Order: sequence, then C-alpha cells, then structure tokens
Amino acid sequence: MSGHNESILREPLITGKNITYAKITDDILMPVENKPNRAWWIGFIVSLCGASLWVFAVSYTFWTGIGAWGLNKTVGWAWDITGFVWWVGIGHAGTLISAVLLLFRQNWRNSINRSAEAMTIFAVICAATYVVSHMGRPWLAYWVLPLPNQFGSLWVNFNSPLVWDMFAISTYFSVSLLFWYTGLLPDIATIRDRATGLRKKIYTIFSFGWTGSVKTWQRFEAVSLILAGISTPLVLSVHTIVSMDFATSVIPGWHTTIFPPYFVAGAIFSGFAMVLTLLLVVRKVLGLENYITMFHIESMNKIIIVTGSIVGVAYLTELFIAWYSGSPYEMYAFQNRIAGPYWWAYWLMMTCNVISPQLFWFKKIRTNIAATWILSIVVNIGMWFERFVIIVTSLHRDYLPSSWAMFYPTWVDVSVFVGSIGLFFTLFLLFLRVLPSIAIAEVKMILKSASEQSKMELIKEGHLDKEQMKEYIESLEKFDSVKQEEYAKL
Amino acid sequence: MSNIKYIIGSFGDPDELMHGIDKLQENNISIYDVYTPMPIHGIEAKLGVKRSRLDVAAFFFGITGTITMLTGVYLATVVDWPLNIGGKTHFALPDFIPITFELTILFCAFGLVGSYYASTHLFPGRAPRVMDLRATNDRFVIAVDAKENADHAKIDELLKGAGALEVKYNERKYISYE
Repeated sequence: MSGHNESILREPLITGKNITYAKITDDILMPVENKPNRAWWIGFIVSLCGASLWVFAVSYTFWTGIGAWGLNKTVGWAWDITGFVWWVGIGHAGTLISAVLLLFRQNWRNSINRSAEAMTIFAVICAATYVVSHMGRPWLAYWVLPLPNQFGSLWVNFNSPLVWDMFAISTYFSVSLLFWYTGLLPDIATIRDRATGLRKKIYTIFSFGWTGSVKTWQRFEAVSLILAGISTPLVLSVHTIVSMDFATSVIPGWHTTIFPPYFVAGAIFSGFAMVLTLLLVVRKVLGLENYITMFHIESMNKIIIVTGSIVGVAYLTELFIAWYSGSPYEMYAFQNRIAGPYWWAYWLMMTCNVISPQLFWFKKIRTNIAATWILSIVVNIGMWFERFVIIVTSLHRDYLPSSWAMFYPTWVDVSVFVGSIGLFFTLFLLFLRVLPSIAIAEVKMILKSASEQSKMELIKEGHLDKEQMKEYIESLEKFDSVKQEEYAKL
Repeated sequence: MSNIKYIIGSFGDPDELMHGIDKLQENNISIYDVYTPMPIHGIEAKLGVKRSRLDVAAFFFGITGTITMLTGVYLATVVDWPLNIGGKTHFALPDFIPITFELTILFCAFGLVGSYYASTHLFPGRAPRVMDLRATNDRFVIAVDAKENADHAKIDELLKGAGALEVKYNERKYISYE
C-alpha cells in the first residue's frame, strides 16, 4: 500500500502540511470530543423545532386519519408519496459512495462515505415514516409483512409492487445500517481508547471489543468488499422497485418501461446534491477542508452533471414516446403536464433538474463553493417537483372529466414535509456530535499515497516528468485549502 | 524480568512496522499479533493469516435466502391459498424475482456480518483486549510474547533498529483491563 507512490497526475485527496496519523484523529474527533460550538446549537435548535413539528403533524394524521391531508377522490396520492420517493432517492447517494465507488476503487470516497451513509440511513427513516403514515391505519402497518393466513383472510399479494417495495426498503435500510455500523467499529474503538469515565464505558459497549488486530482488519476488508458487492445491485433494485409502484399501474404517464433507469439516475442525482448541501456546511463548520477537498466537491459535481443529463434525456424520451406510441391518453397526460394547470411545476422541474445542473460544465462554477451549494439545493427542489409532477399531474385529470380535480395541500401536508426535513437534520446533527463524520481509518490509509504532502515530497525528490508536474501544480489552483505560494517557487 | 508478559514495539509508520516484522521473523522471534489503526495490505501474508472464507459463507447465506423466499412464496400462492388471477399461473415466477433478490441480499448481508462478528469475537459490550491504547490512533504495534521469546534485549534492539519509537514491557496482557 504505502510502498509505492501514486502518479503525480492524480490530484491530492488530503491537503495541508504536517498531516500525521495523530492529526487526522484529532481533526476528525474534534466535534466528538469537545463541546459543540454556537453554529451547531443554532442548527440543532432549528432542526429540533422542525422535528417537533413533524411529531405533531404525524400524530395529528394518526389521530384524525389521512383526511387531514389535502387528498381527494381523484388525487389519492400526493405529498406523502412525493416525500417518500424524494427521501428514498436522497438516500441512494450514500450507498453509491460507499459501495459502488469502493468497487471501482475510487479513493476519494474514503473521506465522504461515512457521512453520506449516515445521510442514507436518516433519509430512509424519513421515507419509511411516510409509508407508515399514509396507510391510514398505521397500527396495522405490520399487515404488509407476509404473515400467514389465520391472521387475516389472505396472504399479502406477492404480485404487488407495493409488497416488493416493503421488502426492498426494509432490506435496504437494514443492510445499509449493517454496512455503516461495521465500518464504524474501528472508529468507535479510536474514540474509546482516548476517552475516560462514562464515555469510555459507553463507547466500549458500542465498539464491540474492536482491537485492530491483523485478522480483524483482513476480515474487515473482505466483509466490506462483499457488502459493497451486494449493496450495489441492492441500491439499483430499490429505486427500480420504487419506480415499479408507478410503472406497473395503467395510469398514463406512469405506465412506462423507462421508469426504473430514470428513477435510479434521478435518485443518485438528488442524493449527491444532498451530500453536497450537507458536506459543504460540515467541512466549513467543523474545519475539515483538508479532508473534504475541492477535488471531492468537483467529482461530486461531475456525477451531478452525468445523472442530471440522464434525467434530462429520460424526460425527453418520455415526451417522444408519448407522441410515438400513438396513445391519446399518454399524449394527453404529457400535454397536461407541460401546459395544464400544473405547468409551473413541470417547468420548475425542467429548469432545476435539466437546465441548471448544466452550469456545472463550467469549471469556475463547479469549483465554486457558494455556487455548488446553491445549485445543490436547486437540484433537490427540482427533484421534489419531479415526483410531484409525476404523481399529481397523472392523477388529477383521470379518465372521467367530471371527476377532474386539483390538489391543494393542507397545513398537515406541509408540516409533515417540512417536519421531516427537521427530523433529518436533527438526526444528522446528533450524528456529528457522537460519531466521527469521516471514516478515520480509511483516511489514514490514503495518507501516505494520495496526500498533498506526499506529492510534495515526490516533487522535491525530482525525477518527475516536468509536464506532468506542471499539470499537477495547475490542478491545485482550484483548491481552497492549498497554499499556492509554496508551489510558486517550484 | 519474569513478570513481563508481552513486549510491545510501537511504530509511528506502517513501512517501519513491516520492516520490524521482517527483522523479528529473520531472527526466529514469533509475533503474537499486530495492532494497527488501519488495514495494512500485505501484512497478513507475513503473519500467515489465512485467506478469509467469509465469501464462501456469504454465498451460502445468500442462496439460503433465495431458497427461503421461493419456497415461502410457493407455499403461500400455490399450496396454502391459490388465487385465480385471470387464469394466470399460480406460481408467477417473474413477479417473485424482486422479492427473492431482496431476501437473498438480506440473508447474505446478515449472515456475512454475523459470521464476521462471530469469527473475530466482536459483540456489543465485549471487553476490549487492547495492548496499547494508541494502536487505534497513531501507533502501529507489534506484540511479542515475552515468555516464548526469552532474549528480551535482542527483541528490544531489533524493534528499535527497525524504527520503533517506543518499546514497552507489559506485565499484563491487556492494559485495557486495568
């Protein structure tokens, strides 16, 4: 591992001078081992207010039934499923970073996988609560499980994508949790061995007795690789099945074979946007600029361009097929989306998801932190509207014009949605305080090969191709955490 | 010297640690274990840790999930309560592929991680058997059994020669028990 040097052409994954193994531990554990600062408290209190709103709105829904929402007999699914699909989609980036990028040996995942996986878990929690609360009688939620016949009248319908979805989401949640927690063990042990008193006792329990012996590490890596291997098809299957909730129905605008790949691309797209929204703030507030560098930000932005463009192509393909299929209902569903009463939602979706991410083709924009942060939020707004457009516009004008209706959300709809964002941030902020937000061990692994200081040594040793060296130094210009003066002399 | 149970060579750099392992092994000094804050590739070959068979276990756990789901669905839809849905076959296999896949993954993941925890003795609340508290932070530690290897001065010399920052003589096996 540390025996060979990485090509100088690769940009550094850890910047800064005099980074040692001890410094990595200290930097990453800073928020865990110290009292939180003011920024954390402000964020936490605001999120907690949101989470309380969520508790209230969900309790209100449970108490009064889903009549509390703005649903009517034509639009029977609206903000609940929009919110569900939105959250599940956001979760996908965490698994993509932890699993797919591990299989592709993308070392830049090492410093973002931990918080992205945490985000996955919290997003899936938010999504799952929608599933339960939209059932109307949430105390019977266990009826979705394949329980034997004596229990009710029949088995669950194994042919139904909603049952598949139950399997997919619960598998996805539990496997993600397992993957995340196993990866956390060495880092919890690091906290344990530095702590004293009660903290030590608590972290001892949660560290499972991790020691870092040769065999544990070797098996750990084998387990991580296999989990990554099985999580990759899993994550693709989850959003595929979510899309089948729609695609297997006969509603115009839903009944299309393009849905699975289109939903998966959209999920990764929105997930990476959410990772950026969170991490750009985290790196600043927790001072992790040396570990989450401009290279990480730029790489994520590139994934956003790719997936955003796939989503754009899917939108256009849908339109083309609506016309080419010759089905008047299909054609009308799309005309109605573009120019019907929800035209503004359609065009908001088009602008936020297809047009604005194209700005990332400009290097100035994708390496600008403020622009990236704003665009990441724009993407998530767009992706929320995508689901809203798909769900509500396909339903609100059904086959019988006399039952055509509009959907108007009630305060409960709005509160459940806004509250779920509060819940998500509350969980995320608590995570930052009790667990390391970056995988300490994994960052240590790349210190000797992929850090700025190791590349600096290579440059100082000489023997490098002049052109490659020049290219490397030029690539450092975009980094906000690199001191340019030192390279000016070289 | 007789109370010393383990000699701990604490390195600050993984390459020096590897060098230390080589040096000890050249001199026929057996190594009890090595503790590091991160995985070090190639070390398992040196210490003779065998290849993991967890992948084989994972496969069988996965296949168990596949069989469980297919059997369960068959029992539910064909044996227990067959439903006539437009004259279609009771056992509509394509419909059951997604759930079968999910259960395969679920069994595989839980079986794999469960076997891993069992084989490396990881479970909630287990007392950590730590020989050097910095081994999870910034030190790469070689532990040598002091009873089996009598020439302590030589071990000390070899470890320091290889670049150990510190050599400790532990009278207890696990300092974390104190």
